Amino acid sequence: MTETEPVAFPQDRTCPYHPPTAYDPLRADRPLTRITLYDGREAWLVTGHALARELLADQRLSADRKHPDFPAPTERFAAVNNRRVALLGVDDPHHRVQRRMMVPSFTLRRAVELRPQIQRIVDGLLDTMIEKGPPAELVSAFALPVPSMVICALLGVPYADHDFFEGQSHRLLRGPKVEDTQDARNQLDAYFEELIDRKLERTEPGDGVLDELVHHQLREGVLDRAEVIAFATILLIAGHETTANMLSLGTFTLLQHPEKLAELRADPELMPSAVEELMRMLSIADGLLRRATEDIETGGATIRAGDGVVFSTSVINRDEDVYPDADTLDWHRPARHHVAFGFGIHQCLGQNLARAELDIALRTLFDRLPDLRLAAPADEIPFKPGDTIQGMLELPVTW
Amino acid sequence: MHIDIDKDVCIGAGQCALSAPKVFTQDDDGFSALLPGREDGGGDPMAREAARACPVGAITVTDA
Repeated sequence: MTETEPVAFPQDRTCPYHPPTAYDPLRADRPLTRITLYDGREAWLVTGHALARELLADQRLSADRKHPDFPAPTERFAAVNNRRVALLGVDDPHHRVQRRMMVPSFTLRRAVELRPQIQRIVDGLLDTMIEKGPPAELVSAFALPVPSMVICALLGVPYADHDFFEGQSHRLLRGPKVEDTQDARNQLDAYFEELIDRKLERTEPGDGVLDELVHHQLREGVLDRAEVIAFATILLIAGHETTANMLSLGTFTLLQHPEKLAELRADPELMPSAVEELMRMLSIADGLLRRATEDIETGGATIRAGDGVVFSTSVINRDEDVYPDADTLDWHRPARHHVAFGFGIHQCLGQNLARAELDIALRTLFDRLPDLRLAAPADEIPFKPGDTIQGMLELPVTW
Repeated sequence: MHIDIDKDVCIGAGQCALSAPKVFTQDDDGFSALLPGREDGGGDPMAREAARACPVGAITVTDA
């Protein structure tokens, strides 16, 4: 058997809710294959579901982005790899200390407690959108502000600053130039420096996660300022970018599947499983990155120490052995074991919050606007390129 | 059924409490815990599902 040329990774999707057609050859029976990254470097791509669960839980794969051998999907990602990234850029045992500091604020119980607040935010944004429209641009009117307002309230970041941090987050993740990404990181650092100062001046601390970090961990010397800033950056960006993309792309996907939407509207009890199925189908964070610290024999190959290992969540979540007829949306399939939130020690900290936001936002959106539809031909609506978190760039709607 | 939770390994993802809410909860620190009286899983088949959902393999379910 001759080895095929490694496929370039990442590539752009052709349809925003399906993996790039260029990945089709990767969906064959091998769970592990070779890819070429932007800089010509080869790496492993994990595409099988069972192998993904095994390797994402394998501590011989490091998430330490500062290591020179850490794989990079883009030049701009590589350009900020020397910066500190809390939680998802840190290995155990240090990661465990960081995660344990954060976990109490992101439990299932906490997400349930936040539901009334999330509902108020969703209702308020829809009131405004309905008052002003139709039509509306759903990303800026709804999909982005919902998670942005929720994470601001949870962290203790003033929502009044949202234009600034949403803009910088967009530049950090999308560039387009390397300088944009670097500058965005600097601007966010400076912003949080100032926010920490403002919080330190307050005699009565607020009740946000950052207030707690500043008034306890920072004051008591458990964390230094750079660590608090690293936490703030990752929590703020991961807290709004991901859910915003799931909301815009989830809405687009539902509008493109009217029969599935009708089924969901007829039986709202299906919503929690629909959220899981959308997470599986859309796999918006497509390309989780690791570096092998030791040789690992698995999946019929040997991953060598120093090799880059990339996980294509969009392909993994369509493994036909686990999800028969994987390209079809099915609210009745058990989709919960998808790896859209990752797996292993880095599995998404905010997943319970994300589930609550998606459940409330999608339910309320289609309750309030039963005639919601696209206001432009579906194939003319722009979506994000393959080298960043997937989602819609715009979503023109009417009702 | 016997359920064992390794709290040193638990990362507080909450997958157990989401999968089998009649057996598992999260304590005040966010770690997996068994609901009072459900130490034997209460015969809930979802207890095994919770073990499978755990991203770090912190939950072991054995027939005992």
